[in-house]
Amino acid sequence: MHNLNMTAGSLITGFLLLAIITGIFYTPYDPEAMDASARFAGISLAHPMGCDNFGRDILSRILEGSRTTLAVALCTVAIGTVCGVLLGAFTGYYGGWLDEILMRINDALFAFPSLLLALTLIGLLGPGRSNMTAALGISFIPSFARIVRSEFLKNSKLDYVRSARLQGAGNLRIMFVHILPNTLPVLMSAVMIGFNNAVLAEAGMSYLGIGVQPPEPSLGRMLSEAQSYLFTAPGYALFPGLFIILMVLGFGLLGEGIAEKGGRHG
Amino acid sequence: MDELLEVRGLHIEFHDHLVPETVVHDLSLSLSQGEILGIVGESGSGKSMTALAVAGLLNRHDMKKQGQILFEGRDLLSCPRSQLRQIQGRDIGVVFQEPMTSLNPVKRIGWQVEESLRIHTELTKQERYRRVVEALQDAELMEAERICRMYPHQLSGGMRQRVMIAAAFVCEPRLLIADEPTTALDVTVQAQILRLLKRKNREKKTAILFISHDLSLVRGLCERVIVMHRGRAVEAGRTEEVFEHPREAYTKALIAAIPRCGKGQKGGRK
Repeated sequence: MHNLNMTAGSLITGFLLLAIITGIFYTPYDPEAMDASARFAGISLAHPMGCDNFGRDILSRILEGSRTTLAVALCTVAIGTVCGVLLGAFTGYYGGWLDEILMRINDALFAFPSLLLALTLIGLLGPGRSNMTAALGISFIPSFARIVRSEFLKNSKLDYVRSARLQGAGNLRIMFVHILPNTLPVLMSAVMIGFNNAVLAEAGMSYLGIGVQPPEPSLGRMLSEAQSYLFTAPGYALFPGLFIILMVLGFGLLGEGIAEKGGRHG
Repeated sequence: MDELLEVRGLHIEFHDHLVPETVVHDLSLSLSQGEILGIVGESGSGKSMTALAVAGLLNRHDMKKQGQILFEGRDLLSCPRSQLRQIQGRDIGVVFQEPMTSLNPVKRIGWQVEESLRIHTELTKQERYRRVVEALQDAELMEAERICRMYPHQLSGGMRQRVMIAAAFVCEPRLLIADEPTTALDVTVQAQILRLLKRKNREKKTAILFISHDLSLVRGLCERVIVMHRGRAVEAGRTEEVFEHPREAYTKALIAAIPRCGKGQKGGRK
């Protein structure tokens, strides 16, 4: 297997997933249990990544926090992908005035940086984990819709679509059974990149204090708390940051690998 | 009415420019069960437009269509799309010019041939598979079961065209529209495909509307022929008659343009 990106990406992602799944069943300590005697404890056998300002075990918090981050990122991407695919499929396939109207709305949303858009939505909905997920998801729709639309636009003019129509296939069947599989290589790598952005956005939002609320851990939340103690306890910021990097790197490489594989085939 | 297909006064106009452009002008033709009708003409003569119209594919909003296309007495131009869809694939099969792009690149061959069975019949999965294999074998593809599992990029152009023919015939349609089915293929494969079409026509009594710019193909295959030029039918009749005694100057020029080897004469239009 000479798809290096794919191999490295799968390894890193696999390692992370393993850690996260382990975290569901077992963490060395209760992630929210405070221990005053262990405040800012350094790296030791008892606490492999040390402890934070309340004496909570950082490893346990990372295991739990990565799960939160991953869940938020997955939901965000799921909302963005499903809505984006639906929008992109209908606009790209049918064209006409529906396309014009929806795409101009899309352009308007696109004009905002997605983080700003999410911030605005959270301003309306209020902070919190599920609101953040919804806001991020909505802010991701325009870019997905755009990618899917261009793929559908391209594919709907191809001969195989004409053949399918001549076999008697209806529009919905042509869109989702015939064309959609052809957009998967492009869509999958967009999903991977979107996932990375979602991880970073979650970290950013929680860092700003409008995402996951304390004491629930998330990687971004931990980074934000660690900021005040950057010089006294650098390990506190280091390890959550490392996990964010690994998560983004792993999925980024996977996305590259998938794009490469898709490119080779078609 | 014993005609399978009857086109009356078909008129197709494009409206995507300032001045409307007529691509098919008052065309009438008829085709009865088991007959092969050829339409010949140069590029841009409107022959493919006619084929698309009969196949029910011309529904762009920037074009205007007039006249009637009666298939077994039902007007394809005015019937609702749901009715048209029931006819497409089941009663009318189509084979196009480009076998390289007419198949979906990410779906297996078997799945694609099966599509019209899935849409139009209530057969079980096993029965459908059996029909697909039969259709592929009938289109003279060896190892049909293995081909079912393959993807289009693994097949050659000739094999893909056979797959297209198998897909067009799998529901045993009464009319096959063949729009330049052999243009993209080399000569030996061309001959095989034509033999295949002819055999299908004989065995299944499928009527064929054969569209081509290649007069020698049409001469070998069709019983009747229509010569089209700039959207109009300039001549129509039995193939032998049209070729032996062309009445129109355009038909004569077209026949003179058939390249002949080793006769030392210059063909072509003056």
